Amino acid sequence: MTTATATEKAPATDSGSILLTLMKARTFIALFAVIVFFSIFAPNFLSTANIILMSKHVALNAFLAMGMTFVIITGGIDLSVGSIVGLCGMVAGGLILNGIDLQFGYTMYFNVVEVCLITLFVGVVIGAVNGLLITKLNVAPFIATLGTLYVARGFALLSSDGQTFPNLVGKEELATTGFGFLGSGRIIGLPVSIWILIVVALAAAYVAKYVPIGRQIFAVGGNERAARMSGIRVDRVKMFVYMFSGFCAAIVGIIISSELMASHPATGNSFELNAIAAAVLGGTSMSGGRGTIGGTIIGAFVIGILSDGLVMMGVSSFWQMVIKGIVIIVAVVVDQAQRRLQQQVTLMQLAKKG
Amino acid sequence: MALIDTHDTILKLDDVTKVYSGIVAVKHASLELKRGAVNVLVGENGAGKSTLMRMIAGVEKPSLGRILLEGKEVEFNSPADAQKHGIGMVFQELNLFGNLSVAENIFSTREITRGLRGIDHKAQVQKANVFLDKLDAGISAETMVEDLPIGQQQLVEIAKAISLDTRILILDEPTSALSAAEVDILFKVINELKAQGVAIVYISHRLEELMRIGDYITVLRDGQITGQALVNDIDTKWIVRSMIGSDAKDFAKSVDHKLGAEAFRAEDICLPRRTGGLAVDHLSISVKAGEVLGIYGLMGAGRSEFFECIIGQHAHSTGRIFIAGEEIVARDTSTRIRKGLALIPEDRQREGLVQVLSIASNLTLASLEKFVKFGFHIAGARERSAVKDAISNLSIKAPNPDFEVTSMSGGNQQKVVIGKALMTNPKVLLMDEPSRGIDVGAKADVFRTMRRLAGEGLAILFSTSDLEEVMALSDRIAVMSNGRITTILDRADATEELIVKAASEGHKSAEQKSIRETA
Repeated sequence: MTTATATEKAPATDSGSILLTLMKARTFIALFAVIVFFSIFAPNFLSTANIILMSKHVALNAFLAMGMTFVIITGGIDLSVGSIVGLCGMVAGGLILNGIDLQFGYTMYFNVVEVCLITLFVGVVIGAVNGLLITKLNVAPFIATLGTLYVARGFALLSSDGQTFPNLVGKEELATTGFGFLGSGRIIGLPVSIWILIVVALAAAYVAKYVPIGRQIFAVGGNERAARMSGIRVDRVKMFVYMFSGFCAAIVGIIISSELMASHPATGNSFELNAIAAAVLGGTSMSGGRGTIGGTIIGAFVIGILSDGLVMMGVSSFWQMVIKGIVIIVAVVVDQAQRRLQQQVTLMQLAKKG
Repeated sequence: MALIDTHDTILKLDDVTKVYSGIVAVKHASLELKRGAVNVLVGENGAGKSTLMRMIAGVEKPSLGRILLEGKEVEFNSPADAQKHGIGMVFQELNLFGNLSVAENIFSTREITRGLRGIDHKAQVQKANVFLDKLDAGISAETMVEDLPIGQQQLVEIAKAISLDTRILILDEPTSALSAAEVDILFKVINELKAQGVAIVYISHRLEELMRIGDYITVLRDGQITGQALVNDIDTKWIVRSMIGSDAKDFAKSVDHKLGAEAFRAEDICLPRRTGGLAVDHLSISVKAGEVLGIYGLMGAGRSEFFECIIGQHAHSTGRIFIAGEEIVARDTSTRIRKGLALIPEDRQREGLVQVLSIASNLTLASLEKFVKFGFHIAGARERSAVKDAISNLSIKAPNPDFEVTSMSGGNQQKVVIGKALMTNPKVLLMDEPSRGIDVGAKADVFRTMRRLAGEGLAILFSTSDLEEVMALSDRIAVMSNGRITTILDRADATEELIVKAASEGHKSAEQKSIRETA
């Protein structure tokens, strides 16, 4: 209702506002465009099996991108998520396969729920390390998370000497079975990982809109100094976003190991870049203060559909990279253009008011 | 007003207007700069002096109007453009590279090179020393700029401007950090440049300086030119009249109410400056409930720093603060706000507002916990009704509280910052230049609000560099200079002379001290 009255008041800027609305909806338009394009040119694109397969691929990136979105909104960046995926996968696989050796002849095994909780905890702890480096030791987010990227990857490789933990079926007598459910199970026809994505995405969107910490994330990214002056505990907010990012990465680690029923230490290599791309495509501003969970999810879908669709069309993977890069650049250029147009429209309205 | 022209015009601003988001900084101003003369520009903070000069120096482009240089229309797209036309400017905020040497700063972007063999540092240092000697600065051209005290940095900036062979030299408050001896040298240099036919634009708040050095004077008020004259024809009274205007500001009448017990006390607040010395120098002050204490001081007197110490923004400040007799031990801003302190910062854009958030979100930013249900959920209805109350209480002209905060005028933005502070239910309100950069109507609203709050028993400390404002609004007036309170006056005893004298006292005694030390 409010937007309606606003447009009525300013009929002169109509052409500007229409363009502005189009630009604001650009991620939606892009998603629509890729879907239409591939349903025409890629065979079997719209089959149920393919859609479910694609959404499973997208879900992995979407988890990371959600964590990344909060981080970027505060004005930071988290390069370590790919490595956290790898390490958390190894933690989950190691716990199921080998348990924890208690050094005096006993080995402790955990059931699948406990394994998942421990793995999530590991992800959160790495996120907390990132947060502490950034807030307490004043390391730039880029450098701090670049450091943890290497450290986490190193530990993942050390955990198995670079080997894969194979065949994570578990043993009945140790109650470690059932790990595969997360990756390949279904509830009411939808893969479990999609259900988890829906739950986490709804929670994240709720936090962004209706919980004080969400508002504070935007405030810190929008103007950190003003946020501090308003009594917001900026350090606490930053800790939260990096811990949440680590949490999301841990979820991905668990799901990938569960899908493959194996953990490989190199899993998740360069996932962080896809996550950043999805967030940016979804309208998250790298300078902080702007972004939405919904936009990011759509961004993840655009990137995911684009790469899967191109594969189905038989486009070479080298060309895929070129196309993906161009899409990201165009997204940011449009974003900037929109920002400028928006400013012009507001200034004009102000000037008219006097 | 007809001016007797003995000098010809070098640059003319023809009906220029500059609009920023939220504020019209300059409205239809026309100004002529005379060759070989000191063109003085005065006006209160936010009158538009700096904006006008930034347009001449190519930093900003006018939204409307033309710039004529020697009769020809010109357009400056960048400061480099303006420099090519012989226009140099010394900014109020210094624009030096602290990590480079003095010589490198003076010759930045036009380094003396030896062809392929790179920069000729020796020649640069030599030439730089010539300019520095002319200013009697006593600075070696090889020193790092960041190692120099602020006054000497200003001299470097001036040397840089002189070295450009400018035809028009703009000095924006060049003396704000200089000692009396340095000011004399600067004036000598200005006279030399004048003799060479350079047009000088001189901006300052110090009226006696303007009378001493100026030839032509232009007075600005609220972005408009309100007076132009030869300095010889006028006196300081004329300047003040043109600055303040005949339409006296609408100050809220003070409502008589009883002052309560002591609400706030600061003891021995100290804050070291980065360049040495103390920005806030053993400052103690006490305010009663329902009292409005005005802190008057010139730029750099340490008012903002003092407020920032109180609200807990400087980890290395010392001293103790009390609210209603209870000492506040916590040093972080969040706890201090919860204990009943609130600050309205001086720089609205940098410290007051989160520009990307809506009007409503900005209002409730500091007090979100008041609207929380079940420990985590922001109750939308409660938040909305609180926002509505704030908007009507402070008469904020907001078309829709969900619009971005930058869509409003500066005055309304300032009211949002005030509303944000009030929503935390403070007992003590610190307002740093609350009327800076807002229009007359909004000013009156802000003043009325201050009076009303004081009547409700809030203790208010506000800082200003506007004499009239401090005289009209305060129950007591504290004058700050060089980090110290030089005098505290009751409203009944305060006169403008007393206040102005006290405002420069801190510097005098500091100078005497340094003279004694060097002697």
